[in-house]
Amino acid sequence: MTTIVELLLRRLGASLATLLLVSAVVFLITNLLPGDPVQEMLGQAATPEVVEALRAKLGLNEPAYLRYLHWLGSMLSGSPGVSIANNMPVAELVADRLPRSLTLAGITTVVAVPLALLVGIVAAMHHGTRTDSIISGLVMFVVAVPEFLVATVAVLIFAVKLRWLSAVSYAPPDPTLAEFLETYALPVLTLSLVLVGQMARMTRAALIEQLQQPYIEMAVLKGASPARVVLRHALPNAVGPIANAVALSLSYLMGGVVIIEVIFNYPGIASLMVDSVTNRDFPLLQVCAMLFCAGYLILVLLADVAAILSNPRLRK
Amino acid sequence: MFVKQLYRRLGLSGCLGLALAVLWILLSLLGPVLAPHGPGEIVDYEVFLPMSAEHPLGTDYLGRSVLSRIMDGARFTVGIALAAASLAALLGTGLGLFSAVSSKAVDESVSRLMDALLSIPNKIFALVMIAAFGSSIPLLLLITGVTYTPGVYRIARALAVNINQVDYIQVARARGEGRLYLAVSEVLPNMVHPMLTDFGLRFVYIVLLLSSLSFLGLGVQPPNADLGSLVRENMSGLWEAAPAIIAPAAAIASLTIGVNLFIDSLRGRR
Repeated sequence: MTTIVELLLRRLGASLATLLLVSAVVFLITNLLPGDPVQEMLGQAATPEVVEALRAKLGLNEPAYLRYLHWLGSMLSGSPGVSIANNMPVAELVADRLPRSLTLAGITTVVAVPLALLVGIVAAMHHGTRTDSIISGLVMFVVAVPEFLVATVAVLIFAVKLRWLSAVSYAPPDPTLAEFLETYALPVLTLSLVLVGQMARMTRAALIEQLQQPYIEMAVLKGASPARVVLRHALPNAVGPIANAVALSLSYLMGGVVIIEVIFNYPGIASLMVDSVTNRDFPLLQVCAMLFCAGYLILVLLADVAAILSNPRLRK
Repeated sequence: MFVKQLYRRLGLSGCLGLALAVLWILLSLLGPVLAPHGPGEIVDYEVFLPMSAEHPLGTDYLGRSVLSRIMDGARFTVGIALAAASLAALLGTGLGLFSAVSSKAVDESVSRLMDALLSIPNKIFALVMIAAFGSSIPLLLLITGVTYTPGVYRIARALAVNINQVDYIQVARARGEGRLYLAVSEVLPNMVHPMLTDFGLRFVYIVLLLSSLSFLGLGVQPPNADLGSLVRENMSGLWEAAPAIIAPAAAIASLTIGVNLFIDSLRGRR
């Protein structure tokens, strides 16, 4: 038991260390700017004294590592500064948008994971047959094209041709069921499609690896039906790798939502981040970037934890 | 004869993929010369025209020829992605080899740094870089190249570490060969094949990332336009299902799917 705890703790420590390194990288990139941000903020008319005063006020005269530590501290204490673009506290902006993105991600997960497992298992059960190659072909198609293409095709079919849904998401404060579906149908559909593609592919691979083990041959020779072989014998042994695959695919959401939120005008954290890029709103940008990196690291950590916990050799 | 051999080696989907990849490379080289109109030339007063003999892929939101714009835009997508994939392969393989033959401390610190870079999602890294430096073609090349370097590094290092254990390397080491000789003359040649397959996949990822950035309006900037920008600028034609938006999207898909099919067939047959 101690080995598992030790492994998990060490893994957690490594994640935290990585997050720290990532924060240094983000800070470095956003502070390498050519030109003087203060001069830019105040315009050409500002006197050198005013520029100097503001520099001192913003702490820009301190050495870089001190500024990094201050920045890190303010981020950890939950008051990461004020947005340049609209003068609102960054924390407030993020607190408004983050739940919306999490809702979108949550619904997508609930839709995509069972579907992906089903598709992956069916493909693995029919490994090497026409069913498998059709599924694998479709999956490859979805994974190999950009998300905005999947989104565009979805809009084209469901909103333009069939006129079932509107192409723009807006989330009213207290949505009725119909409004709720209207808002989430297309973004969730698009994100799920890409996610199902990734997850199903990895699930299939994990299961097929199990199906090639000697104990499966034994079960087949014993006369177990194909469904029993897969569900009763192979699946329990593939749970670890599959959980690992699911968490890794979910980390894809971090990039996928960027495109989806922008296309559907969904007011989440990713569209906030894209706005901060166009406005060069660095305090906001840094926080958004760190949130995405932290989310990504958490999912990768979960994937590793799943792999560690499911390894029976460590369970003694 | 040659075609038959190729078919036997790659299969139907592999040949189709290869044909699509070759088509796009040719288009990116010859597109601007072969295009019926200039990319900025307004050919019709009607916007979002459907396909016709006169305008094979219709007209875009300003009445320009969509076919000509795609033929002109292909070189940005294919060119930047090829250059960036090469950059990633060069940096990643170089660092991977270096780590594999270096001391444990060096190996460990390079690996940790790469892990940190790997845990910044590609799009997020690109957004931060573009916010800081502004979007330009050299910067896009650098971003897409650097963001895929850690992935290449992981594979290259793993391969190099494995090859490093093999007998003939031990013999060369016992013979007193230096690290540079070992890395370049003994280990590297045995990595070329898997690294080339990896190169193809990175190319696809980079095309996807680049088009996504252009689609967000943060990639290739006007007056130049890559395939992603073409989809973006014609978004208002979505409600008419105009070919101006479908054609460039389909172009990206045929490029990435083509390369994918080709690589899959190479892997499957070996």
